[in-house]
Order: sequence, then C-alpha cells, then structure tokens
Amino acid sequence: MNMMSEAAVEKALDQKMNETAYKMVGRDVSVYYGEKRALFDVNLNVRENTVTALIGPSGCGKSTFLRCLNRMNDTIESCRVTGKITLDEDDIYDPQIDVVELRARVGMVFQKPNPFPKSIYDNIAYGPKIHGLARNKADLDQIVESSLQKAGLWSEVKDRLHESGTGLSGGQQQRLCIARAVAVSPEVILMDEPCSALDPIATAKVEELIHELRSNFSIVIVTHSMQQAARVSQRTAMFHLGHLVEENDTDKMFTNPDDQRTQDYIMGRFG
Amino acid sequence: MSGYLILFLAAMALIVSYFGVFRASRAATPAGAVRLKQHSRPIYHGLNAAIWTAVPAFIFLLLWLMFQNSVMNQLVIASFPGAEAMDAAAKSLQMSEIRQVAAGNLFRQPTPEVAAAAEHLRSLQSTSMYLMAALTCCIAAVGAFLGFKVISPRYRARHSVETAVTVFMMFSSLVAIIITVGIVGSLVFEALHFFARVPVTEFLFGLRWEPQIAIRADQVAGQGAFGVLPVLYGTFLISAIAMLVAVPTGILSAVYLTEYAHPGFRAVVKPMLEILAGVPTVVYGFFAVLTVAPAIRDLGNAVGIPSSPNSALATGLVMGVMIIPFISSLSDDAFAAVPRAMRDGSLALGATKGETIRKVLLPAALPGIIGGVLLALSRAVGETMIVVMAAGLIAKITANPFDAVTTVTVQIVTLLIGDSEFDNPKTLAAFALGLVLFVITLCLNLIALRTVRKYREKY
Repeated sequence: MNMMSEAAVEKALDQKMNETAYKMVGRDVSVYYGEKRALFDVNLNVRENTVTALIGPSGCGKSTFLRCLNRMNDTIESCRVTGKITLDEDDIYDPQIDVVELRARVGMVFQKPNPFPKSIYDNIAYGPKIHGLARNKADLDQIVESSLQKAGLWSEVKDRLHESGTGLSGGQQQRLCIARAVAVSPEVILMDEPCSALDPIATAKVEELIHELRSNFSIVIVTHSMQQAARVSQRTAMFHLGHLVEENDTDKMFTNPDDQRTQDYIMGRFG
Repeated sequence: MSGYLILFLAAMALIVSYFGVFRASRAATPAGAVRLKQHSRPIYHGLNAAIWTAVPAFIFLLLWLMFQNSVMNQLVIASFPGAEAMDAAAKSLQMSEIRQVAAGNLFRQPTPEVAAAAEHLRSLQSTSMYLMAALTCCIAAVGAFLGFKVISPRYRARHSVETAVTVFMMFSSLVAIIITVGIVGSLVFEALHFFARVPVTEFLFGLRWEPQIAIRADQVAGQGAFGVLPVLYGTFLISAIAMLVAVPTGILSAVYLTEYAHPGFRAVVKPMLEILAGVPTVVYGFFAVLTVAPAIRDLGNAVGIPSSPNSALATGLVMGVMIIPFISSLSDDAFAAVPRAMRDGSLALGATKGETIRKVLLPAALPGIIGGVLLALSRAVGETMIVVMAAGLIAKITANPFDAVTTVTVQIVTLLIGDSEFDNPKTLAAFALGLVLFVITLCLNLIALRTVRKYREKY
C-alpha cells in the first residue's frame, strides 16, 4: 500500500518534471582559471523538483559548472566565467544581482562535511539568523527542528542539540550540512560529491534524503558513482574534458546513451 | 692547552673516520672474493670509529677540567700551615690569595708560607696539565683502536651511530631543562633569604613599596616597606594600556591582511610588521621618552588632568605598539589555520564576508588568538627596557593614567644598581620581585599554551 502511494507520488513528480519550466538555465557557459580554460560553452538546464546528476571523469569540469550556479567560483581569485546563467529568468552574473542573495536561493553542500565548530543548533540556526528568517526564539527552534527533520537527523540529535556539530559521525555531519543548507529555504541545492567521504550506510541515508528533498527543491549533484547517479537522479549530464557530452533522462542515459563516450564511461572503459 | 687537545681530538676523529671508511670498504670486498653483504655502509663504520675515538676522550677531558681545581685546592690547603684552624670561608679566602700569587698578580709581598703554597700550586698545575694531555691521548688511542677493530661486514655500525646521535640529542634537550632549573633555583634561594627578613604576607599584601633603606649606618634613607602590590599594580596598569592598544589593532590588521587585503598590499605590509617586531626595545624607549611622553603630558595639561612627565599612558602606548606584531602574526596564523571549507560553508549559506568573519572565522580562531594575546601579555609584563626608560620610579596606586607608576622590572633594575649588599633586604627584594614576575609569566604562558593546544584539536 505504502509502496503504491510512493510510486504514485513518483509518477506524478515525473509528470510534473516533463511539464515544468527550467529552474536554472545555462547558456554557453565557459570558465577560465587564469589562462587555462576549464569549461567550453556548456548549455545545461536545471529542472524544477528534479535531481540532476553531473557525471564524468575527474577534472572534466562538473564541479566547476556546479560552482558557477551559485557563484562560489567568485572566491577563487583567477577564475573568470563567461556565458549566461539564469535563475528564474534573472541573470545571476548581472552586476545588479547580490551574490549573497543568490547563495541564499541556491544552497550548496560540499564534498567533505564542513560543520562549523559550533553546537548542532547553532550550525542550523546560522543561516536563518543571518537572513532574518526567524522573528523570535520559537520561530528559530521551529526552523531548526524542521530542517533537522527534513535531513532525517532529528531523532538522532534532538537530545544533544547543544553539543558540538563536529562531534557527530561523518554521515551525521553531512546530513547536518544538508540540514543547514535546507534551513535557509533555498530553491536549488547543489551537492558536490556529498557521499564521497561517507561509508555505504551513511551514503544510503543521504541518497534517501536526496530522494525526499526532491519534492521541495531542485537538486544538482556531482557524483563519481554511476550507481548513485542512476539511483538518485532523473536527469543526468555527462562531462568530458570541459565539454558537456550528453544530457538526457537518467534511464535513457544508462540504458541507451546517444554518445559513444557516455557509453564507454558508463561501462567503465575510461575515467 | 685544553683547546689544543680538543683540536687534536677532532683531527684524530677525522683521520680515524677516513681510515674506518677505507677499512670498511676493504672488508666488504676482500681481494678475489665475492662481495659480502654488509650491514652498514662504510661511512657509518667510519663515523662509529670517530665517535669511539673522540667522545670518551672528550668527556674525560671535561670531567678533568671540572674537578682539577677543587682537587688541587684540597691538596694545597691541606699542606698549608695552620689550615686545620681555619673555617671554610677563611680557607677559601686564603686559597684565592694563593691563586693570585701563583698567577703572578702581586698586591703585596706574600708571606713565605703563601709563596711556598703558590709554588706548590704551580707545580701541581703543570703536572695536572701533562697528566691530562697524556691520559686524553691514551683514551683517544684506545677508542680509535677499538672502533677500528670492531669493523666487520656484519657489525651494526648504523645502529650504533644512531644510538650515539640519539643520546647526544637527549643531552641537548636536557641542557635547557637543567639551566631553567638552575635559574629558578637561584631565584628561589635568594628570595627565601629575603623572606627570612621580610614576612611573606607583608610582601604579598603590603600597600607600600619604599625599598630604599640604608645599607650603611651613615646613610640617610627611608624606613623601608616591601609591599609588592603598588609595583604589581603599575605593571598591570601599563600592560593593560598596552593590550588596549595592541589587541584591537593586531587582530583587526590580521583580519584585514588574511581576508581582505590585495596580495600586493599584504606583501608590503607583512614585512613592515616584521620590521616593527625587530625594533630593539631600547629604541622604543627613546621613542617613548622623547616623543610620546611629552605629547601625552601636554595633552593631559591641556585637558586639565594632573600629568607627570613619565606617564603610564605614554609607556603603555609605546609598549602596545611593540606588541602589535606579536598579536597580529599569531592571529594571522590562527585565521590561516581555519579550513577553507569553513569559509565556503558560510558563504554558500549566503553569508557576507563580514558575517563569515565575525560568526565563523573569529570563533573558530578565537582560542589561537587568545593564546597569542596571553603570550603577548606575558611579554608586556616582563618587558624591561621601555619601562626603565619611560616609566617612573615611585610605586603608587593611582587610577590616573597620566600619572607615573613603576613596574616590577623597573624596581628590579633600580634595586640592583648602585650600592648593593647581599645580606640586605633592599637587594634581596629584587629576587623576590623576580620570583613574582617569573610565576606570573609562567602562569600566563601555561594558560596560553594550553589554549593553543586545545584549539589544535578542534577540527
């Protein structure tokens, strides 16, 4: 019964996916690190309520593209981005756009869990406090609880909210980071290999979480694991040497890709 | 003589090591035989032989030099007529006279007994010298022979050399400990003499510090009061002013340099800060006395606050400038030690740079910064030259920073300058002050090191 309803939800979401407009649109995105060009005219869109997986061998530019989507590349001195990326039709590289506001709308989870050396509560409350999302303590408590619940961490930490976030296990830390990102109610969540530092059990939990988050957020995930891409995503994009090779429905990508290079990579012939 | 002996030992070690290497490589490949598997490379055999040659002989030499004088003193004084009747102090006085005569420093015509004793001493000295040279050479020769003899393909020269080096390193580290213990020991010893004359409670809780008491009957001087509190107060007032200057400036400059500054600006400013750290404190003292103090006095007079020419404020300000590089470079390290992931995590949540610094970097780096501040504070408390030049001499508890105060270090310096006698509380008070200063800086350093270590474990 439960399975049925879940499948039904899945189906409805897929339906919606095909109809929805693009949440983010990337047009001819190129990135240079100094003289070196890391991305070549990438055209890639992020759909609403969809998990988009970026795959490809190391150094192919998938993380670079991901970091373009919330302008985290700005923190790298020599980095230059050309082309156009829009979020709900607003150009995010427009000088009028406040990068701080952008990052509140496009959150990010990193490869290595990076909780702040503060309490679990303060880790989550950090973002909402900065953005003034809570009017009082009760509001804040509410946000913290619901974020932790969304990240599936509430039951594990509810009795020790005021202990340090760095004392959690690796998998818990990563879910704390996801909860932290969720707490500022972003529209898009970017995940840069969120499971590469985790053991298989923690990975399974995070994947399950990504699956659930999809109903509220658009998610872009960089991964090295083909199986993970197949498990969590609806759309998959394959990068190679800074070029976008192919972007397609995940099912199609893993059964009958259009491009030979995708086929080879998925089969494990290179990368 | 001993200098030549040490040179001789070094030369001998060099020669032995050369032949040791030669012998070891010969032993590895006997003529016409298959090459043997050697445990250690020839250089280790050579080094090992050199160590056997030089080290035991050198240690013997050191011991001989350490003990020869006391042995000779014993011999000379034992044969000196009337020595049985003398006490230890008289003996040592008599002995130093004999030594002076033997060395040819004649202040007056020596008595026949003294002349005879000096002659005796001189003959002992020359015997001792020849004996020392001969024995050292013997030991070196025996060492060289054994070190040479032991060379064989399976001999573990490498381990033997390693062990010798380890032992040497252990001694090097012990030197620091032994010297520290010695310094503290002498301090405590003299301070105890002081406390035998002035009660500890009076020293620790007394509110008056007037140490200039008469050390001769005909001197005109104060009654004497040894309460350390006014002196400590002065130290802490000046240190507090210094910290008020240095802590904000140092931390803010570290924040700017690590987080905001253009690399070009940083490349200019960081070396400038290091130059500031390299300015001798005497020069800061000049600066305080000649430039800052008059300006502060004028300022004080202008606003109608009673000011003295050598105010606590001027001294504290200059000392603060001296400490800035400390705090800024230690805070710089603390900020640099915060992982990039912390910054990224905060920025990705839509925090501005300022929010990231205030709410993430500063708390994460805080233990490191506190450690730096405490180290700087202990430096300020122990600082001598600036305060000797710029602070006052009268101990006084006052809330007016334009007034003159004195510090522990200034008092130590003034107590030990001029007429001093080591059975007088005036002189001995310097050691008690030194002990107090030592305890304070030790505590500050311990706390600082503990905080810094704690923060290392943080991420």
